Amino acid sequence: MTILTFTLAIFATSLVAGLLGALTGLGGGVVVVPVLALLFHVDIRYAIGASLVSVIATSSGAAAAYVREGFSNIRIGMFLEVATTLGALGGAYLTAMVSTHAIGIVFGLVLLYSAVASFRSDHDHTPRTASDPLAKRLRLEGEYPVAEHRQSYVAQRVPAGFGIMFLAGGLSGLLGIGSGAVKVLAMDQAMRLPFKVSTTTSNFMIGVTAAASAGIYLSRGYILPSLAMPVMLGVLGGSLAGSRILVRARVSTLRMVFAVVIVALGVEMIYSSATGKL
Amino acid sequence: MAQAHSGRQQSTRSQQDQKLEIAIAMLLRSGVFAAAALVLLGGVLLLRHGGAHVPSYAVFHAPGDPRSTALPSIASIIAGLRGGSSAGIIGLGLLVLIATPVARVAFAAAGFARERDWLYTAISALVLLILVFSLLHGR
Repeated sequence: MTILTFTLAIFATSLVAGLLGALTGLGGGVVVVPVLALLFHVDIRYAIGASLVSVIATSSGAAAAYVREGFSNIRIGMFLEVATTLGALGGAYLTAMVSTHAIGIVFGLVLLYSAVASFRSDHDHTPRTASDPLAKRLRLEGEYPVAEHRQSYVAQRVPAGFGIMFLAGGLSGLLGIGSGAVKVLAMDQAMRLPFKVSTTTSNFMIGVTAAASAGIYLSRGYILPSLAMPVMLGVLGGSLAGSRILVRARVSTLRMVFAVVIVALGVEMIYSSATGKL
Repeated sequence: MAQAHSGRQQSTRSQQDQKLEIAIAMLLRSGVFAAAALVLLGGVLLLRHGGAHVPSYAVFHAPGDPRSTALPSIASIIAGLRGGSSAGIIGLGLLVLIATPVARVAFAAAGFARERDWLYTAISALVLLILVFSLLHGR
């Protein structure tokens, strides 16, 4: 296999990963790492390095579309980025200290969780406007368009949300993924923010979180230009195409198929890591 | 202080936020497109002169190892560019990409300062500090 065919194969795979990641809302990183590691036998440190780069590109590239919808909340995002960037620093330091088997097993578990989380229906709970003193002081509140009026909301349980965000940042730094599923968990479940606000603000935060571990990955030699190139271009192209399709298509069948693929990848990651093949 | 705001002032504030967010999103998108263009250019040059050797990423090599093809620092990327290496162009694209969200946080800090929201100016500055620390001192 020449470098050209190998690069094209990785580009095509990343394109599909980015497309599926956008259609299901899981992001490209969570697919591209296990595929690089299991199918292309790439060392997991090179795989997470390339993935992290693609995560920054996807999050930043899609931000313009989300912001115009008027759902993302810049204050909530910025406040929680204190937690995710600190977590990402910790996670990235941890990557050098734990074995690649351990990274593979944690990755597999995150894949399984992501598959379950992708089935959570995107209904909203009744927006909470009850005054939470900490949320009020930090102005973690906002309003979003519902039909013809604007519905206001206030964040609840701020410390719990902040804590889960720290964990989300840690997973992002350890595994080179956006960990959008955990970020949404923090905002949607813990802080009781509307689902749309949670997902769009999460997307906005992913790039900043990933940038916090990028410097560490770079200096450790995890980011190879020749590998990061096809992965970044593929995932970015795939996710931009995916977000266009998303506007037109119903994706519930696809989501089901994809969840099965994710579960299979997760099981395989855990099995390969536990038996020392990864 | 938040309670002193009337509903009208609140919505002006959220409109201000919305404007700031749109400006930031445009900045992000241009950063990503510039980075992607550089990475693509470097990639095309790399593949044109790539030859027929089989790349192997199966074994990890630390940056000190002569077999490592990573460009592990800003200095090594600049050196690569000076030497006319196509990997150096990809490396520059990756630096632009990593710098994009950092610029976003700096831009947001400036926006909050203009709104005289000192609490969020400070929070943004803290996030910026963490990012810059990671880029300069991360190992």
